[in-house]
Amino acid sequence: MVKELERAGMPTAHICSIVPISKTVGANRIVPSVAIPHPLGDPAKTAEEESAIRRALVEKALIALETDIAEQRVFD
Amino acid sequence: MPQKIRVIHYLNQFFGGLGGEEEAGAEPSWFDGPRGPGALLDELTPELEVVATIVAGDNYMAEHLTEGTERILALIEQHTPADRGVELELLLAGPAFNAGRYGMACGALCQAVQSRLGIRALTALYPENPAVANYRREVAMLRAGDDVMGMREALEGMARVGLKLVRGEPILPVEDGTIPRGIRQNYFSVSTGAERAIDMLMRKLSGADFETEYAMPVFDRVTPAPAIEDMGSATVALVTSGGIVPRGNPDRIEAASASRFGEYPLEGLDRLTAETHQSVHGGYDPTYANADPNRVLPLDVMRDLEREGRIGRLHPLYYATVGNATSVRRARRFGEEIAALLVNEGVQAVIFTST
Repeated sequence: MVKELERAGMPTAHICSIVPISKTVGANRIVPSVAIPHPLGDPAKTAEEESAIRRALVEKALIALETDIAEQRVFD
Repeated sequence: MPQKIRVIHYLNQFFGGLGGEEEAGAEPSWFDGPRGPGALLDELTPELEVVATIVAGDNYMAEHLTEGTERILALIEQHTPADRGVELELLLAGPAFNAGRYGMACGALCQAVQSRLGIRALTALYPENPAVANYRREVAMLRAGDDVMGMREALEGMARVGLKLVRGEPILPVEDGTIPRGIRQNYFSVSTGAERAIDMLMRKLSGADFETEYAMPVFDRVTPAPAIEDMGSATVALVTSGGIVPRGNPDRIEAASASRFGEYPLEGLDRLTAETHQSVHGGYDPTYANADPNRVLPLDVMRDLEREGRIGRLHPLYYATVGNATSVRRARRFGEEIAALLVNEGVQAVIFTST
């Protein structure tokens, strides 16, 4: 799905838990996330810490979208 | 009676009988004898004996692939000291069918066990399982069906190919039903290459079926789209395969092998809550996503960034499906359809979240 979005001309950041799968399938802009059942959060942390984690991941995704790349890249 | 071949079997938490997604974080554990499908494996093949089963959770392995593999190697070594004369001859992992996390664990473990412990290893995967592309060069893989309906057939195949591996016999993808590893093998043919090529050409010209002797790999790569130059004026959309839908699942998106995606409004919402949204994904424990769906679809942060002017605007609709044993063909179609809708609405960039 990520590839089809990118193929249509929209840069697409893939925030995902299992980076090797994203790489194999062929996403171009990959942002590794926290964990499978809570990719953009961490229930073990306080609400404030969790918000900060989520914010940092989304900001990383925005940077990926603002970066010109020639080939697949993991933004971590 | 000749001595049986001693097999160690790897299973995930589900097939290993620990439980469903609530046990997906389980660390590797060792059980003597067969469990679950291992019992059938024993029964089907008198030449094999499943002496032990290692069980680990899908999430634990997917998130700690290297560490998890190391711990399993340690478990094997600890339980099979060479001085006790206990020697394992074969590791069978799975079958993992089209399960992505499970498949990756099986591939990594087979690779490590054969290279580090010198034990032959085999897994069974559906050809579209992402672990196939990652491990097929190093690891022998039986071609399995896409779900558990193919269990018996896969176990029979694993036993058959496993015996050949232990006996050092060559594995031939077409005859043995395995996934090609890209290994070339010399053989004598009755006709020369030139004769076979002319033959193939004649068949092709006459419109008959012909089979290539050297299949070309298919690399479906997409050229990266150009970067966004001015994010402060760009419209960004959220898309997820993590199964976050409005409560009640109005489109009845399936928990696995989803046949559709949904389009849902974000207008007027500042964040997702347990009251407004839920996860319908059947491939992970939804407790955390249900408690706070922003953990999968980060609406709260997107709204903050929109207010701060870091992005121009969040697209007022989001798209969601369940990425759980979804076929590549179907995922491609979802992606094409969503892309067409987004391009039509002037969306310039997408953040796609996966669990």
